[in-house]
Amino acid sequence: MTNQITINLDINGKTHALAVEPRVTLLDALREHLELTGTKKGCDQGQCGACTVHVDGRRVLSCLTLAVQAEGRSVTTIEGLSAPGADLHSVQSAFLEHDAFQCGYCTPGQIMSAVACIREGHAGSDEEIREYMSGNLCRCGAYPHIVEAVREAAKVMS
Amino acid sequence: MRDFSYLRANSFEEASSAAAMPATMLLAGGTTLIDLAKCGVTNPERLVDITHLDGFDAVTVDAEGASIGALAKMSRVAADPSILENFPAVSEALWQAASAQIRNMATIGGNLLQRTRCAYFRDPASFPACNKRVPGSGCSAMEGVNRGHAVLGTSQACIATYPGDLAAALVAFDAIVHLGGRKVAIDDFFLLPGATPHQEHAIQPGEMITAITIPASVAARHSTYLKVRDRQSYEFAAASAAVGIELEADRETIRDIRIGLGGVATKPWRARAVENALRGKVLEPDIVKSASRLAVEGAIAHGGNHYKIELAPRVVERAILKSGALA
Repeated sequence: MTNQITINLDINGKTHALAVEPRVTLLDALREHLELTGTKKGCDQGQCGACTVHVDGRRVLSCLTLAVQAEGRSVTTIEGLSAPGADLHSVQSAFLEHDAFQCGYCTPGQIMSAVACIREGHAGSDEEIREYMSGNLCRCGAYPHIVEAVREAAKVMS
Repeated sequence: MRDFSYLRANSFEEASSAAAMPATMLLAGGTTLIDLAKCGVTNPERLVDITHLDGFDAVTVDAEGASIGALAKMSRVAADPSILENFPAVSEALWQAASAQIRNMATIGGNLLQRTRCAYFRDPASFPACNKRVPGSGCSAMEGVNRGHAVLGTSQACIATYPGDLAAALVAFDAIVHLGGRKVAIDDFFLLPGATPHQEHAIQPGEMITAITIPASVAARHSTYLKVRDRQSYEFAAASAAVGIELEADRETIRDIRIGLGGVATKPWRARAVENALRGKVLEPDIVKSASRLAVEGAIAHGGNHYKIELAPRVVERAILKSGALA
């Protein structure tokens, strides 16, 4: 029995119509239906932050958001942070500059979270950065460089 | 995750009548519901999305106290200047809970209704026995890995910890849970497990939390939330305490003290024995230390969680001294 519903999602400024079951998460809609695989599936249980995207400008976990709940909201993923061919976002540049990753799997979530962290005004000190980035786990343990990157990107963004 | 049908409620009345239907759950931030649906703990046939309802997310504070709409997000309430000023323990409990992403999603009503983190409850495939999931099926935690489990308010059927931080602060300050027109004191809203651990709240089918109110008090203005945990951030409490103090004009005698505990009990726990031992006494470290021992009166450990009986009074003591410095 199929139970598909048609929804319109605003992703990175473009509207996409797709038919999904109500149980499909925003994360699976992005990755499996829209081929936007920059957003990563880590734990799929809201514990690692790899799936972080922005909904109406606020960072959320796409693995615990139903796609249907994102209808009528504006969703930004790592692919929407800077236009293809354009300069990287200053947080992306800072992650490269400060070598803020090893394997890179958590990086899109880290970057989306860091952009929001800085915009929220929660990057005032290393201690504050660690607290407000705690929802993004890095199994490689690149935390010292991630903190450096966020600290430096905050200076550029302000 | 099993599929379900989805209904977007456009009015309170629509949400209420839908919520009374069998196998139906209300969906707000989804941070508990979707998680537990993936674990196979909850298997709703119908979800009613209430996030599009208007008028249930206001946060107001006046001379009477605070009113927080059930759909207000945790992050917004934590940062609200009037909550920070009048109920600092509430703000601190909120921003020390979960992660920034989850606080942007989760609502205040949903926060209260979050389920236990008991690993046996959360894993029905590996552990079919759980009195909370399947009444009468047994409990794997009693003899299992129970480091995080409760030492207060337990029963022979269940030792699962209530994991929330916010509710520990709310129970200290006598908050009221509004279920539409019905009002329930927060201490009565949460039920002890007893022989029926599957019944966790006083909420009835068709009811939904519409708001939380917290009466204004001097103690609440001079309050703090101390959370001790295995890692510094993004972790549930091993033990936590929300404490508010009002001193007499002499600046040393305790006129009023409120203490709520988190991480150690099966429901948000009011430490009334400690409060009663300290009301009228001088706020002095030795007096506070001995009174704080009363926080774990009647506590029962099951092996792995024995350390909480030592930890909880120390957390209470430190929180009292910290909030005493604010009073």
